[in-house]
Amino acid sequence: MKSSLQNLLKYPSAVLGMLVVLLLVATAIFAMIKIPYAEAIRLWRGGEDVWYQNPKFAPPAWINNFSSKKYAESFSVRTTDGSLEKTVTPGKEGTASISINYPLDFQYDYYPQEMILYVTSKYQTKQPFLSAELLTPDGRKIRITNASLGEKLTYRFSQDQKLMTRLRTEDVFPALFSDPKTGQPLKGQYQLQISGTTFEPDSDIDVEFVFHGQVYGLAGTDQSRRDLVVPLLWGAPVALAFGLIASLGTLVLTMVIAAIGTWYGGWLDELIQRITEVNLVLPFLSILIMIGTFYSRSIWVILGATILLSIFTGAIKGYRSIFMQVKESMYIEAAQAYGASSPRIIFFYLIPRMIPLLIPGLVSSVPAFVFLEASLAVLGLGDPVLPTWGKIIQDAQANGALYRGYYYWILEPAVLLMITGLGFAMLGFALDRVFNPRLRDV
Amino acid sequence: MAVVAQTPSQASGAKTSLRNSTFLRVSRYVVVRLLTLFVTVVVGVYLTIMIANMGGYVDQIMRNEVRDTITQRIALNPAMQKLDPAVRKQLIEDTIAQEEKRLGLNVPLVVRNVRYLSNALTLNLGRAINMTSDAGSKQVRLIILERLPATLLLMGSSQLFLFFASIFLALGLSRRYGNFWDKLVVALSPTSAVPPWFYGIFLILIFAAIFQILPFGGMVDSPPPTGTLAYSLNLLKHLILPASSLIISSFFLSIYNYRTFFLIYSSEDYVEMAKAKGLPARDIESRYILRPTLPNIITNFALLIITLWTGATITETVFLWPGLGRTLYRAIGLYDIPIIVGSTIIYAYLLAMTVFLLDFVYALVDPRVKIGEN
Repeated sequence: MKSSLQNLLKYPSAVLGMLVVLLLVATAIFAMIKIPYAEAIRLWRGGEDVWYQNPKFAPPAWINNFSSKKYAESFSVRTTDGSLEKTVTPGKEGTASISINYPLDFQYDYYPQEMILYVTSKYQTKQPFLSAELLTPDGRKIRITNASLGEKLTYRFSQDQKLMTRLRTEDVFPALFSDPKTGQPLKGQYQLQISGTTFEPDSDIDVEFVFHGQVYGLAGTDQSRRDLVVPLLWGAPVALAFGLIASLGTLVLTMVIAAIGTWYGGWLDELIQRITEVNLVLPFLSILIMIGTFYSRSIWVILGATILLSIFTGAIKGYRSIFMQVKESMYIEAAQAYGASSPRIIFFYLIPRMIPLLIPGLVSSVPAFVFLEASLAVLGLGDPVLPTWGKIIQDAQANGALYRGYYYWILEPAVLLMITGLGFAMLGFALDRVFNPRLRDV
Repeated sequence: MAVVAQTPSQASGAKTSLRNSTFLRVSRYVVVRLLTLFVTVVVGVYLTIMIANMGGYVDQIMRNEVRDTITQRIALNPAMQKLDPAVRKQLIEDTIAQEEKRLGLNVPLVVRNVRYLSNALTLNLGRAINMTSDAGSKQVRLIILERLPATLLLMGSSQLFLFFASIFLALGLSRRYGNFWDKLVVALSPTSAVPPWFYGIFLILIFAAIFQILPFGGMVDSPPPTGTLAYSLNLLKHLILPASSLIISSFFLSIYNYRTFFLIYSSEDYVEMAKAKGLPARDIESRYILRPTLPNIITNFALLIITLWTGATITETVFLWPGLGRTLYRAIGLYDIPIIVGSTIIYAYLLAMTVFLLDFVYALVDPRVKIGEN
């Protein structure tokens, strides 16, 4: 075993493959600790209520590093957690004036998608009042809105008819963020000034300011404003689990069935061979598609069906022929002579001999299963609950990401899938050369 | 002394009995083999039918769907709204019964399954439930035939290219193994872990989205260009990306496999001997390396021909290529069991025939193999 490992380290591709696999495992563990399962599902299945702070179809923020023209980055700030500063000055007869100032550093060449104020207020009978203004770097003061507040108010800058009339345009943001002389984006320090008045002692106003730029976060967002970091991170444990369980399950079951068939021989062996031939006739992908369409899209059902259909394939014939040789060895005869039972011989004498052959096969068949999951997802048969890389690609395809230029959306999961597949494949190839003496010299 | 010398008649008698035994052996083999293959096909197709209606589960889905659409249709029809509720209810039930009869849902599942099976085995593919061909026919045979050329074009061009290119290149590499190109192929062979549709997405991204020199998908422009030459060129333009993605995805592994295979055979003693005799490399390759590997190459080729039939479901879906794989996928979505069964039975027959014929081909190309001998 030790010498095999040393042999393995001689192959650069094996070292690279091992690094990739280790990195994946680390990512998977990190994902599961950072975002626990229930939280990941809540985020992935969440709608506008969870993701309202994010823009739609936003590429990741780091594309600004590669572009000479800068895209506006998204953010959100709120008074409840102190990211938006609120000063309350008490006035006469229980009134108070509230002032909220947000310095908006706008250094971008593109206008934001949307700006929204979410205002919540507390009051008994007298509704508080709020007004908002935007101070531009060149000293202009643009009145945004005045409103008396209900319990909840959502103010979207782009939807305000009055603001449009005041700015004499349908498109609010170019008017707000441009130099009126040149019409070009005006970079600099803007100031969003919100002032409110409450008319009761216990009355209060809280504001959340959401800025939807063109870019967002580390991985960007999709059509439902979801942060792609969640499915990209969680795709790793799902892909690893699916790939490894399918590959291990298939190989171990194949080997055990082949060993039992060879050892007992007779009708059992014949039956296994006939089942293998029948299985060759069955359309593998079609059956998986049928199960996904008619029965259940759950990843575990698909996993079970995949393993069942992958047991009785050509591999079982390969193992059978090797077991046939092993069966005649002296040590098996010796085991029989001292009275070892058939199960004992199968599990302690026959199968352990095959483990060196199992390891390369195990590693090399992982990519096929990882990509199978992705393939089914691309056909629209991905797990309805779990976030996976394949699901991201399918969402992207369904929203015409390639036609509309949202390349990041496809490239991120695709590159991760590719790295995973290649990592396992490279390691598997090297393992095959180490453990399979027939290949060692060529 | 006289006993040793055989008379001519005795010798020919031995020969006839030998010929007879060969004939017997081969014919017994043929019968047994054909029977087992037939049983295999029957069981395989029956299982597919069972899966295609999930043991009756799909019937329930279809029944509910029929009930829903017909109730809706009659409820929304203004002419029917004036009818007496009881009459209308009767009308709904009658229409549902009619529709169920059309779909065959009035017959018990087992009977229907056996009917599907016997029709399939006699290649009586019947009519599709929901799908129609572009020409408007509901005949499964016509639906399949309409899609076949598209699949054959895509799969045929890519798979045949792959087959011949990889054998040719593998021979070259095995001759000079260990050089730069050989190492490159070995290093790149893990790229085949990635399926074709995946390369397809990258190719679309590069050539269709960024450079905009090749189409995103489809088989011809819409409207199709007139004139044979323009049409073929347009077809070719649409073929490049899907065919390339199918080729790229298997290219290096295929070369690697053949190369390793040839290398194992070229280390045999008789090849060394031939080299020592000073035979030209070309003769060594064709007589001493290709000849013994011929059975395997033929098997690969035969299996390749069968895979042409199945199409590439996901690649066809990604490229919107109107082939059989995509049709099958759509048929599943529409619960169209006749199409699923039709496609499976043809594949099963093709596979069984190929497996059967290969035994004879082995005996023809390899004098060491005798049919029906263990």
